Amino acid sequence: MPATAHAQRATRFVANADRAHWHDQSLWWVRVKRDRQAQSLPEWEELREAASQIKAHTVAHLADLLEQFEANATGLGATVHWARNAAEHNEIVLGILQTHGVRRVVKSKSMLTEECHLNPYLERHGIEVVDTDLGERIVQLAGEPPSHIVLPCIHVKKEEIGELFHEHLGTEKGSADPNYLAEAARRHLREKFLAAEAGITGVNFAVAETGGLVVCTNEGNADLGVSLPKVHIACMGIEKLVPRAADLGVFLRLLARSATGQPITTYSSHFHGPMPGGELHIVLVDNGRSNIVGSDDFRRSLACIRCGACMNTCPVYRRSGGHSYGTTVPGPIGSILAPVRDAKAFAGLPHACSLCGSCTDVCPVKIDLHHQLLTLRREIAVQGYLPWTKRLGMRLASAVFRRPGLYRLFGRLGRWFLRRAPRFMLYHRFNAWGQQRELPPAPKRSFRDLYRDRSNR
Amino acid sequence: MPKVGLFIPCYIDQLYPQVGMATVELLARFGVELDFPQAQTCCGQPMANVGCTADAEPLAHRFVEIFAPYEYIVAPSGSCVAMVRHHYHEYFPPGGPRERDYDRVRTKTFELTEFLIDVLGVTAIEGAFPHRVGLHQSCHGLRELRLASSSELVGRPYNKARQLLASLDGIELVELARPDECCGFGGTFAVSEEAVSCMMGRDRIHDHLQAGAQVMTANDMSCLMHLEGLIRRDRQSLRVMHIAELLVEAIGRVQGSGFRVQHSDAAKGRALESPGRSPGEPVSPQVAQGPTGRNSVR
Repeated sequence: MPATAHAQRATRFVANADRAHWHDQSLWWVRVKRDRQAQSLPEWEELREAASQIKAHTVAHLADLLEQFEANATGLGATVHWARNAAEHNEIVLGILQTHGVRRVVKSKSMLTEECHLNPYLERHGIEVVDTDLGERIVQLAGEPPSHIVLPCIHVKKEEIGELFHEHLGTEKGSADPNYLAEAARRHLREKFLAAEAGITGVNFAVAETGGLVVCTNEGNADLGVSLPKVHIACMGIEKLVPRAADLGVFLRLLARSATGQPITTYSSHFHGPMPGGELHIVLVDNGRSNIVGSDDFRRSLACIRCGACMNTCPVYRRSGGHSYGTTVPGPIGSILAPVRDAKAFAGLPHACSLCGSCTDVCPVKIDLHHQLLTLRREIAVQGYLPWTKRLGMRLASAVFRRPGLYRLFGRLGRWFLRRAPRFMLYHRFNAWGQQRELPPAPKRSFRDLYRDRSNR
Repeated sequence: MPKVGLFIPCYIDQLYPQVGMATVELLARFGVELDFPQAQTCCGQPMANVGCTADAEPLAHRFVEIFAPYEYIVAPSGSCVAMVRHHYHEYFPPGGPRERDYDRVRTKTFELTEFLIDVLGVTAIEGAFPHRVGLHQSCHGLRELRLASSSELVGRPYNKARQLLASLDGIELVELARPDECCGFGGTFAVSEEAVSCMMGRDRIHDHLQAGAQVMTANDMSCLMHLEGLIRRDRQSLRVMHIAELLVEAIGRVQGSGFRVQHSDAAKGRALESPGRSPGEPVSPQVAQGPTGRNSVR
């Protein structure tokens, strides 16, 4: 049995080989689309560098920029709320809704509200929350969390969506035609939009110098969700800030290309204060982020713009599925964010990585993801959360490698054993390497033996 | 003649001595004077990658102590070189006693193909390898040492290993559907995430087979150890060779070992002494010692 929770879930995911391959190929296709878009911009690497520097500046001046944003947003007529953690965030949102006697809410995609588990919280207080992003609605109907931050139902096949819609929306049994299902979802969501008394959105970018917000969607669901009801609640992590409106010219070009391989999202909606006669509430959420600001090792993870490119490119994510991570944000960036917050609970995640570095090269804001994962492994070992088998193994190996004579002896004995031992002694359930692979050859003589002979000749 | 310290990763020393010997032979062919310091063992990467940096630290110090005297350090592994070049900093803090030694070692440690091209100025190798070959890009060589342009980045494409391979007569380098996807070895990852690791490996092998490769080569034997383990278990016909083995075999095919070395102008300044010198004796029966004339391909 694999040691970590991720490895156990991944083993189950891989066991369904067809599905695992389908998942891998679906995401690789997005990666290829992304490559095509990136290659179409000769200035791509300069854009990445600019984005990285803007975000480094933002994080370094976060407190000042947040206050500037608050002043400007308030000046535009918005109400700004500060939430230290998820619980405060949820209470603030509930408070606003209760003040207006709201019973029905539509919500466009927001990983922050997933992080805070807002939906179940509101439902417990008798408020209906409908996710209006199609993918989000699908996983909501299925009673699952999103498995990807941009493509929430990438793990679900269209036949399964057909089943789900038949059950919940009354579509024809056995129909899996995407157009038919999308039309059904449209009609269903239209009713929800019309009935909603408040709209919740996430935030892609908040601009300090203007107090404005940018929300990017492909379905226009954020716009519809906040245009009909009078109350718009925008929930954002404090790292979503950019200093200037001009910076959007960098980030909007990077975001959709990296996320889905589109030149730009279908809707990039800018909100400056509430609509006439309405209310705009902006909830700024810390929830552990300001702790990361103080960490030289992990500060750069706050530059993340949640494009999901690191997931699409990650050879492990593609073959283990988003749910294998057990976190709100899965994949490489999630394997940093979760253990940085709680090293003990997520000690296995930085090891769910072959250190290939593809995430680092694909990241539009140049987060050194695989190096941060490596640094986290050290943190986890230092804090004592590494399995004792690994700790002991490495201590012994180091002791041997420090003594060339012992190293040669162990090498000779090991090779002798590999050559002579009967197969059942080499291949058994404790040998994870040998479950699906042959062990390496065991030559009689090591390189240093051969080299010595050659030199002596 | 600068003295090159040969850095043979521990698993190559123990499990793949022929890769080490091919490296010796290849470098000797280019007139490189080699020394293999017998005190070397492991660079410490396995410990560091698990997070046990306290166990890696003494190995890093040993490494620097052993290799500091050499003018260059060359290894047939991108991964181990990346460890020395990019991940030793924490063991040699600024102002520490060995900081300067490490600085020297760091800037003088090269992966084999990188050393041939960037230091010796080799642009082509006279040899023949009439097979369809798939080049597996080992990740640490690719994205840490930048031995080739990675598919994620935008810029001028280049590939050092491919450049050397493409110069061989008769070779056909096949085009992979995913040019630089990880094979799934990843050190302890191969064991702790066994299911995903093996699926990644099989996908990589499948990509080579569908492209028509007869031989799979790479700069790193660790990737190939994992892939070969799968190939042998699945009884597939795909020969696995480290790039040093492949180059030496290709050179051996040119009768009389006609050894033509081409230098790029840019690298001439940094190149070692003219490397046309033949080593004292043949180091392998595959390579016949002979005049340096132009020879026909077998």
